[in-house]
Amino acid sequence: MSDERLHTEIAGIKMQTPVLTASGTFGFGEEFKDFVDLARLGGVMVKGTTRQPRRGNDGVRITETPMGMLNCIGLENPGVDVFLKETLPRIKPYGMNVIVNISGSTVEEYGELAGMLDVDGVAAIELNVSCPNVKEGGIVFGTDPKAAAAVVRVAKAQTKKPVILKLSPNVTDIVTMAKAVEDAGADAISLINTLMGMEIDIHTHRPTLGNITGGLSGPCVKPVAVRMVWQVAQAVHVPIIGMGGITCWQDAVEFFLAGASAVAVGTANFTDPAVTMKICDGLNQYLEDQNIGHISELVGKVEIEGRA
Amino acid sequence: MILPNNVKQEKYSIEAEVTEQQELAENVFYLQVHAPEIARLAKPGQFVQIRLLQDASFVLRRPVGVAEADPVKGNMAFIYRLVGRGTQALAELMPGETVGVLGPLGHGFTTSFAHPLLVGGGMGLSPLLYYAAATQGRGDVLIGGKNAGELFWTGLYENLVHQMFITTDDGSLGTKGFTTTLLPKILEEETDYDGIVVCGPEIMMRGVAKIAAEHHIPCEVSLEKRMACGLGACLSCSIDTVHGRRKVCKDGPVFRAEEVFA
Repeated sequence: MSDERLHTEIAGIKMQTPVLTASGTFGFGEEFKDFVDLARLGGVMVKGTTRQPRRGNDGVRITETPMGMLNCIGLENPGVDVFLKETLPRIKPYGMNVIVNISGSTVEEYGELAGMLDVDGVAAIELNVSCPNVKEGGIVFGTDPKAAAAVVRVAKAQTKKPVILKLSPNVTDIVTMAKAVEDAGADAISLINTLMGMEIDIHTHRPTLGNITGGLSGPCVKPVAVRMVWQVAQAVHVPIIGMGGITCWQDAVEFFLAGASAVAVGTANFTDPAVTMKICDGLNQYLEDQNIGHISELVGKVEIEGRA
Repeated sequence: MILPNNVKQEKYSIEAEVTEQQELAENVFYLQVHAPEIARLAKPGQFVQIRLLQDASFVLRRPVGVAEADPVKGNMAFIYRLVGRGTQALAELMPGETVGVLGPLGHGFTTSFAHPLLVGGGMGLSPLLYYAAATQGRGDVLIGGKNAGELFWTGLYENLVHQMFITTDDGSLGTKGFTTTLLPKILEEETDYDGIVVCGPEIMMRGVAKIAAEHHIPCEVSLEKRMACGLGACLSCSIDTVHGRRKVCKDGPVFRAEEVFA
């Protein structure tokens, strides 16, 4: 089946399908080459990149939880210089949209990173203002609308690439955050990042994770993600890339109905490395069965009684 | 699937039929599956990621070392101990049922040693069993266990190695003590080992590696870390090595001892 019904364009990024992979769950894409036609993905949001190399957190970094998992990798990555010099040239031949997820420890660093990544082979920049697993920076930008807006502005000033801001669900009011980053010029919004969580080992009385807390992901977070996508979709005009616990095409359809123009798959890549291809196939079949000409016709089409 | 640009497929994710399941000892199971694509490629020391298909609450796969691989019949086997709900569900699988198998994964042992010594403790003897088979009787094995009850391994290794040495913590079989108690004596008597391959508890592997270094024998160890993807993407299993950060799932699980126990 052709992917014609799924062709999507978000913030100028042409996508064969609106199915992307979430940062941190898919490496640089190449690790999944045996299972996924990388060019068929809407994009690969590559592993979070920082200005300097980071070794990440020590101790246990993951644990399975009911219908999900906690992680505290801590942004381990080789740094932007290595990404530009070694990684990017190596992954370019796969023909995928490379969306670089960046984390800065200061507002200025986001600008510097965005500028350095304004190069051929990068399709867009995703601003990670919400990594819950690093001690400095990160979370501050993700929970303060003014700080998040400042990050967007400085990044936009340094790059001609589309800038996507990834929202943290660990906030009181997701809509305020979304509006602030839209006003600051974000070309798209992705959500949700992981929910901060914790597990305690009852035998040792210690936290399971080396970082004490971690980010919760997987099917258990999906209802939270759908709710937040729905709320944000009503408040902003920029396209939304919805994510959080998607494991199958049915889950993806829910996000489209809630208002996402594209979806990203994260934790499910660990369960089944080929899951994204199955989701694309399933979406195609669904659209054909429902006699829907294009995926965009589903976006935001949740029907709520008493509302027009 | 069809890969773009003729990329050579090195790993497979398949639904494999269970062909055999038996309890070898209390809480230790042998699981054989029909997974021809993976059995054909698997090398000693490599592992697979098992997915339990019956229950969607298993969000993560379980890494399991390859204990046997028969490229002709297309079967492969794993030996595992019941430790949690994942292995419990695995043990309940019956022949004819299916299980997800992703592999082969990681980097295995050097198999070109002329006279290797295999040193295994507990479930670490499982991947070494495939090593013994692949090196066609050239190796000797030093088996370490808690007590005689655990040493069903001797029957499994009997026809695959030249000599077998046994230690138990309580002395109920073989030499009383640990593998590291007996190892110096073995190395004094048999001086032509050109490689030692080790799998077991980290404390044991460190001890063996130290003795191997003293005897100037190359030593390879197989590490264990919690992992999610198994493909080198998620960085759950990152470790420190003399060359910087490495991933147990992709760069290992087998490393040269001096790279990781410096």
